[in-house]
Amino acid sequence: MTTTLILEQFLNGLQSGIMLFLMAAGLTLIFGVMGLINLAHGSLYMVGAFCAATAAAATGSFALGLVAALAGAAAAGALIELVVIRRLYDRDHLDQVLATFALILIFSEGTRWVFGSFPLYLDVPEALSGPVTLPGGIQYPLYRLTLILAGLAVAVGLFWLIARTRIGVQIRAGENDREMIAALGVDIDRLYTFIFALGAALAGLAGALVGAIQSVQVGMGEPVLILAFVTIVIGGIGSIKGALVGALLVGLTDTLGSVFLPELFKLFMAPAAATQTGASLSSMAIYILMAVVLIWRPTGLFGARA
Amino acid sequence: MTRETLFNLAVLAGLVALPLYAHLADEPFTITLATRAVILSLAAVGLNMALGIGGLVSLGHAVFFGIGGYAMGILAFHAQNYMPLMETPFLIEGTKSMPLIWLAAVVASALAALVIGLLSLRTSGVYFIMITLAFGQMFYYFAISWSAYGGEDGMSIYVRNGFPGLNTLVPIQFYGLCLAALVLALGFNGALARSRFGLALNAARQVPERVRAVGLDPFRLRLVAFTISGAITGLAGALFADLNRFVSPTMFSWQLSGEFIVFIIIGGTARLFGPVVGACLFVVLEHYIGGWSDYWHIWFGLLLLGIVLFGRGGVIGLIAGKARAHG
Repeated sequence: MTTTLILEQFLNGLQSGIMLFLMAAGLTLIFGVMGLINLAHGSLYMVGAFCAATAAAATGSFALGLVAALAGAAAAGALIELVVIRRLYDRDHLDQVLATFALILIFSEGTRWVFGSFPLYLDVPEALSGPVTLPGGIQYPLYRLTLILAGLAVAVGLFWLIARTRIGVQIRAGENDREMIAALGVDIDRLYTFIFALGAALAGLAGALVGAIQSVQVGMGEPVLILAFVTIVIGGIGSIKGALVGALLVGLTDTLGSVFLPELFKLFMAPAAATQTGASLSSMAIYILMAVVLIWRPTGLFGARA
Repeated sequence: MTRETLFNLAVLAGLVALPLYAHLADEPFTITLATRAVILSLAAVGLNMALGIGGLVSLGHAVFFGIGGYAMGILAFHAQNYMPLMETPFLIEGTKSMPLIWLAAVVASALAALVIGLLSLRTSGVYFIMITLAFGQMFYYFAISWSAYGGEDGMSIYVRNGFPGLNTLVPIQFYGLCLAALVLALGFNGALARSRFGLALNAARQVPERVRAVGLDPFRLRLVAFTISGAITGLAGALFADLNRFVSPTMFSWQLSGEFIVFIIIGGTARLFGPVVGACLFVVLEHYIGGWSDYWHIWFGLLLLGIVLFGRGGVIGLIAGKARAHG
């Protein structure tokens, strides 16, 4: 157990946390403003990854792939908002769960229809492949480091959008009183479509960025969706700041737990049993974290309402 | 007798007559299909006690289904390998006897429901949905990492477990057992809905403040309902494992939890037979559309979307008219 390993795993946790933030931010924004629980958010993550893989394979450019991911996921998001989601805002959560569950089935099976069951591959761009030496002599993959920085940049951009721009004022006002801002002349339908497309684009971006280090396949979105749910339950639903803190906590707990828990158990158990127990416990670590937060604060770390 | 009661009796008659006919016509596959439908119905009836009366949208009920399945799997696995389950502090042997397995499944899943309920019922609404979903995923990953019992591959049980006085290897006899369990659960559900407990639970869904004002605790009402609900779904899990003679982590999958809710809604929310109609329709559609197109989930998704957006009240609502003011 060296410092290098610990630091490397810390960076890995940071990287997965920051990607989780991109997913969770959209979910929490959509819930905060429109009061909608969207199970199909994972499908938008998948759509982004498939758009990126297809565009990158056709043009050979990773950057164009990212543009395609953003555009494709935003378009898919706007489309389902206009056709389906719009009808769900006044419904109870049960209807929202069912309708968006139906959307998952349609998206997953539709993607399987078009692309088949085999995973697509999205390569890390040439310029970003290979390791980089960090201060302290640690070798770390440049691409993963780029993901951390890109994710942080998006997070800063998002906070700026919500805190400093006109549209951000409308979003925050929409969270508090939708009738009032409609009465003040804001086109609420357009605002909702915009927010949904924004959340979708963030999910699509995360899908494309992560797709380059994992495989791009049908069903890739749902495990991330559930992690994003855990994240916003921990952070407090509706809070972007909570989503960021929650995502980092979940990313770090998950990554560090799977590496260090088996090591920890080896201190007082036989190696085989320790690996087994550690693996079982680390697969449950984030849910235990969630349970602890819930006991302590039922509405999450930054949540205001139940 | 209302139209709904007539319709329910017709469904029940169909569940008795169709497999009997299949038995006489020597079509064991149809009986297996019907058994699957009846077991999934039972699982959804369990969920309906929490969701239909108590309004608890649990997106993690596959946890209890999976625990029931693993209770069967673990007990039968030890019995078929002549390996005791536990030696210290006292000896526990595996078993191939269904009544014992069911007891273990019901107790284990009720305990899990109690613990999950204690944690998740502190919240409500969308938090509750997400938290039950997350606990479902936790059990799923735990089952995958639990290599002593097959891990990701699951485990096979070579011979179906026995029931005193019956030969469970004969499809129609096993079907009879499952149908009896379903009918008992439905009777229990009906009685529960009319009982003082059921009325209080229903009131706690509609106006929790008033329930609190008359001195009842909504949290405890919901916790009891959630525990009973988990126990019944757990029993269904044990039967399902016995039907397939196989358990695997997919019994914990969140898609299955989603499907349980779907059964209830397709059939009709807050209807006693809603989950039964929904589950049977699902199994029939899965079999026929699945045989016709590889991508049957698309059609199923579109159908579900149509029902949620336009056809409120589900199949029973369509046939039997509007629900009574309080269901």
